[in-house]
Amino acid sequence: MKQTIGFKLNGKQVTVAINGDESLLTVLREYLDNTGTKYSCGLGQCGACTVILNNQTSQSCITYVDAFENAEIITIEGLADNNKLHPIQEAFVAHDALQCGFCTPGMIMNSYGLLLKNPNPSREEIISEMDVNLCRCGSYNNIVDAIESASEKMFKKL
Amino acid sequence: MEAEKINQLYFSDVNQPIRYDRRKFLKQLGKGIIVIFSLSELSLLQGWSQPTNARNEEIDFNAYLRVKEDGRVDCYTGKIEMGQGIITSLAQALAEELEVSVDMVDMVMGDTKLCPYDAGTWGSLTTRFADPVIRAAAAEAREILIEIASEKLSEPIGNLKAVNGSVIVKGNASKKIDYAALTKGKKIVRSLTKKPELKKAKDFKIVGKSVISTDAMAKVTGRAKYSADIKLYGMVYASVVRPGIFGSKKVAVDASALNNFNGAQLIEDGDLVAVIHSESEVAAKAALSIKITWEAPESKTNTETIFKYLEDTITKSTVFEEGGDLVSGKQNSEKIVQADYHDGYKAHAAMETHCATCYFENDKLIIWASTQTPFGTQKELADTFKMPLENVHVKQIFLGGGFGGKIYNLQAVEAAKIAKISGKPVQLVWTRREEFMYDKFRPAALLKIRSGVDSFGKLNLWEFDIYCAGTRGTKLFYNVPNNRTRFFDKNDAHPFGTGAWRAPGNNTTTFARESHIDATAHASGQDPLEFRLNNLKDENMIATLKLAADTFGYNTPKKEGHGYGIALGEDAGTLVAIISEVRVDKSTGEVHPVKIVCAQDMGQVVNPHGATVQTEGGVTMGLGYALYEEIEFDGGMVKTRSFNNYKFTTFSKTPKIACVFIDKMNAAPQGGGEPAIICVGGSIANAVFDACGARVNRMPITPQRVLAAMPL
Repeated sequence: MKQTIGFKLNGKQVTVAINGDESLLTVLREYLDNTGTKYSCGLGQCGACTVILNNQTSQSCITYVDAFENAEIITIEGLADNNKLHPIQEAFVAHDALQCGFCTPGMIMNSYGLLLKNPNPSREEIISEMDVNLCRCGSYNNIVDAIESASEKMFKKL
Repeated sequence: MEAEKINQLYFSDVNQPIRYDRRKFLKQLGKGIIVIFSLSELSLLQGWSQPTNARNEEIDFNAYLRVKEDGRVDCYTGKIEMGQGIITSLAQALAEELEVSVDMVDMVMGDTKLCPYDAGTWGSLTTRFADPVIRAAAAEAREILIEIASEKLSEPIGNLKAVNGSVIVKGNASKKIDYAALTKGKKIVRSLTKKPELKKAKDFKIVGKSVISTDAMAKVTGRAKYSADIKLYGMVYASVVRPGIFGSKKVAVDASALNNFNGAQLIEDGDLVAVIHSESEVAAKAALSIKITWEAPESKTNTETIFKYLEDTITKSTVFEEGGDLVSGKQNSEKIVQADYHDGYKAHAAMETHCATCYFENDKLIIWASTQTPFGTQKELADTFKMPLENVHVKQIFLGGGFGGKIYNLQAVEAAKIAKISGKPVQLVWTRREEFMYDKFRPAALLKIRSGVDSFGKLNLWEFDIYCAGTRGTKLFYNVPNNRTRFFDKNDAHPFGTGAWRAPGNNTTTFARESHIDATAHASGQDPLEFRLNNLKDENMIATLKLAADTFGYNTPKKEGHGYGIALGEDAGTLVAIISEVRVDKSTGEVHPVKIVCAQDMGQVVNPHGATVQTEGGVTMGLGYALYEEIEFDGGMVKTRSFNNYKFTTFSKTPKIACVFIDKMNAAPQGGGEPAIICVGGSIANAVFDACGARVNRMPITPQRVLAAMPL
């Protein structure tokens, strides 16, 4: 039996019929057509599916209804403000902190979560917080540079 | 091109373009100025000998561009973008010659209906062989636009030049006409008849300048589409039921529990057993409920016995290179050093697993597949279903990494079979677990080397036997009068599928050669840098090594527990020198990379920023195979099936990396995607030895292996 549940996705209230045992990743990608969030390992071991759930980072492939019902969720699609890129997105572009781009949404969302709780992290803190996210193309150093520069920009504004 | 054929070429040095099939395209093209470039004319550019086999009605070509009626330019190439940055660098090459800005160029890539045939994106061939073709076509288009402008402006051609999307009168920039006005209402199709006037490096405005990836915007916003991001009306998700052991044959299927899953449907086609459902997680659970009795092949070897097994199993060899006389080389050597080197199986582990989305429309198949070889996939599918080639349309898509692993496209065949049988649009996304079984792993390899040095400290003997790593990059660049390189290979020696992995074979052979060169230098009492400089024959390699040593600061004193290691190599026309610094924890055997410098002679660097990203990426990925990556197995049973036990480089394991290039803007561009990675293993192994005296001859260089090799 399907049950209808609701949550806030990128600022908009959504309702969706689910079986009850799906991961948030499936709900986002398959039921709500938000394909920016990626499947890569399905076991919470790579970070490609990272989203923000109630202001915390969450690996959506191992997040279930108890956690996401009525929650506030932000995905990569919700970061830009009317086509104006978020400073983290801008920094990823400026530093070319990506290659194939498949890990990029998860990287950006994890760094977004990091800067929410720690707006001015040290390089070591960035590396330690991001270490759960894998990038096979090897863009790590550029990603750290991008997060550092985004933090500087955002921190100054605060 | 078929995967087996690519395997053959990929493990050897490819220094000529792959010959292309011919396709009919002209009919479907819209208006504008179209320049096609046939491969038989490529010799005009660089003097490659190519048989001319063009028939009248068909044209053999491999790139074309169209200046559209709005002045924007479409560039069509059969290559694909998987993170290597050619979507940007090819646009740069085009923009340079056509005198437009990079953002005026739209790249149309890897679509079998729109793009000319291509043998696949592998072997770092794009910049070497597609770039010059696109530049030439763009130069020709520029000449055509100037010709048309000459009529319109009533000015002789000599008085005109192309600038920033317009043709202007020299000395009177106000008299001009833009490309949109020149192309409006026209359809002009040209192929090259003469050698086009290509720009000289001193006149470059775009080539040689750093350009940020043109696809970055799509990728940071989540808008970039990969094959599993396509959703079709009425689409079902497929889950394949897999055996636990590779190569198993199906004996019996018990699908009685499938009734518990409303709407789930069983699909059977030989050994392919799958479940489809309109919801992917239901399909996955339903697939788990199916019990299959498999007949599994017997295990003949495992993670530890594989090297002896390969040596015993493969007895036939082929001499790749030889010179002088091995017996006298041995006799006249003061020191002889002999060693075996081992390298285990590695996975590609691209972040995107193999996936495909497809549907049949009457007798046509339309498919989005994560493939490095759209045209190879098209042929494989056409052969599978006995369909005409043109009835299979492989669509353009981004790839979430490839590294050679997406030359092979079993998932596309599986998805299409399921779509055919079910009559529904199908999406198949391999799970990470499936990926770790059906990946075509980088083969385990054994390498046996004997070297000799004479009383002057010169290399005098080099015997190199290569098992399962091919010959790519093994042509000797050291001066050794008495030498022989042989390779031993057998396709079915491995317990599961193996194939091309970023710079195939060259990581393994370079690790062995450079470790052994290092060991030989030490045995003869010489510094590894001096020893290499004394024994290299190629001036370009010497210059590359010196650039690396200067950038690194090779003479800087080392901290306690730190070591420096050098490795040299050649791949895809590019010369590579890497110097690594590591710190070894002598109590645990753990190796911590501290700093890596990579110097390359890669000819003309089209996009210095892009080249740096590729080089740094290669070095970062290379640390994985050097230190962490290993597939554990017993026969066809792969035990390493997730990122939990298949470890590769992470943020915290990435050292400072500096990439430097020899300045050669007038030279032809060489490979950039693969070369840098080949020297990582050897340089790390040598740095470990320098730090703690442990000579580890087997990759990955794990803490246990370091401790075991540590001198007492």
